[in-house]
Amino acid sequence: MARNTTLGVFDIIGPIMIGPSSSHTAGAARMGFMARNIFGKQPMRVEFHLHGSFARTYKGHGTGLALVAGLLGMYPDDIRIEHAYEHAAERGMDFRFFQTNLGGGVHPNTALIKMFSENGKERSVQISSLGGGAIQVTKIDNFEVLILGNLNVIVASYKDKPGVVAKVTAKIAEYDLNIAFMNVAREEKGADALMVVGLDKKMPEDACESLRSIKQVSELLVIEKIL
Amino acid sequence: MFYNSVAALCEAAKKAGKPISEIVMKSRAIDTEISMEELMEQMDENWQVMLEAMDRGLYTDVKSVTGLSGGDAKRIYEANKHRISYVGSPVITAMARAIAVAEVNAAMGRIVAAPTAGSCGVLPAVLYSVAAELDLPREKIVKALFAAAGIGLIIAQNASLSGAEGGCQAECGSASCMAAFAAVELAGGTPEQAMHAGAIALKNMLGLVCDPVAGLVEIPCIKRNASSAANAMIAFEMALAEVESKIPIDEVILAMKQIGDMMSPQLKETACGGLAVTPTGRAISKRIFGSSDRLPVVSFEDLE
Repeated sequence: MARNTTLGVFDIIGPIMIGPSSSHTAGAARMGFMARNIFGKQPMRVEFHLHGSFARTYKGHGTGLALVAGLLGMYPDDIRIEHAYEHAAERGMDFRFFQTNLGGGVHPNTALIKMFSENGKERSVQISSLGGGAIQVTKIDNFEVLILGNLNVIVASYKDKPGVVAKVTAKIAEYDLNIAFMNVAREEKGADALMVVGLDKKMPEDACESLRSIKQVSELLVIEKIL
Repeated sequence: MFYNSVAALCEAAKKAGKPISEIVMKSRAIDTEISMEELMEQMDENWQVMLEAMDRGLYTDVKSVTGLSGGDAKRIYEANKHRISYVGSPVITAMARAIAVAEVNAAMGRIVAAPTAGSCGVLPAVLYSVAAELDLPREKIVKALFAAAGIGLIIAQNASLSGAEGGCQAECGSASCMAAFAAVELAGGTPEQAMHAGAIALKNMLGLVCDPVAGLVEIPCIKRNASSAANAMIAFEMALAEVESKIPIDEVILAMKQIGDMMSPQLKETACGGLAVTPTGRAISKRIFGSSDRLPVVSFEDLE
């Protein structure tokens, strides 16, 4: 896997963060933050399924607090992390932790985060903390993806039809945005599909609107880089 | 795209007749379209947080959330005022400041991961100590941080910086290697010497397991920040004296990766081996969390 090859100097010296663990506190806060972005808003209810060392040290390293803080939109250097559970209660976000085994090849610091909204929307995201605060998303719902958090990314849900990918990239080109990577996955031919596009620059709002106007695109999320 | 070996990075520095830090900065500037000045500013913010953490740990009463740690940095600092030091002032400075930052980290204070939070005290402490000895301006230290980041990136690409993946050697070992490497540049040494310093520092840390008591970043992590800082000073001192590492740095990094892969998961941050399962380690864990601390288990199939 091409992991870690796009890290930058400030992933090594940095982040500025609340202790005690870059992988289990800062990384966990970023994981929560990323999951929130992929959900598009703060969920009403969250299930954290912790894999590997996360399941063992979630309490000692403040991993649980950090995951919840991230879901509430806090950054890893936010001094409120220590009191994330109280903040979640105040903001009406319900959460529970579980221990699970996601399989042999899965990174030891991984969580499957299931998010639910009041109107029945549901989404699951599998994210790993790679060390030093770096993270990677490997799954959104049933789609295998690879998002590292160091690029601006758009995630488009769409119906798998010929020409949709071309339409999206053409619109991105219209706004003079450079595509750094792209990743397309579908459940089966003609079914629901997911496109992840990494961009060198932030996508302007009118470009997002233009992409949303594509008939087959049912949802478009803009995920700003967090590294 | 960044250099994938330390040899290539140092070769580029030699060829350009520039310090390693400048090669790292330039590469970053090109990759991100951010100016060198802005990069310096961003790194300067990191140094500011590092300074504040060092001072907080040295001059104020720090206590971790669990109450297990805090106060040792101050203790070393105070004791050194009143008696003879056997390791000498620069090493005392480095070890006290390394512990200071690590204690602030355990107290859920603000620190800079370098490369991780568990090893956050090593790099600032070593650079602070060397710069204080030579009376160097702040700008030089901030630049040296780029050299440290450069070799850290290469370790991340070819091995790991995560204790869960590679054990403590990947965290404190990498930090010590980065510190020794950057200290050579700070002291005006050559890229060649920097490579030897990094290699010697990392070699001395190979095989170190991650066995945190109660899964906390306290025992033995905090004191290992001090030993890793002292180790960096030893390695850097040797390299400046033209002592060479017979095994080149890039091969040492690959050896660390191999050792990490062979290391039992029980010794990689899971708190299932080593110091964590000593009678005292277990007793501490039980006292802090109680024995009934278990999450409900969900099978993989149920999640599909």
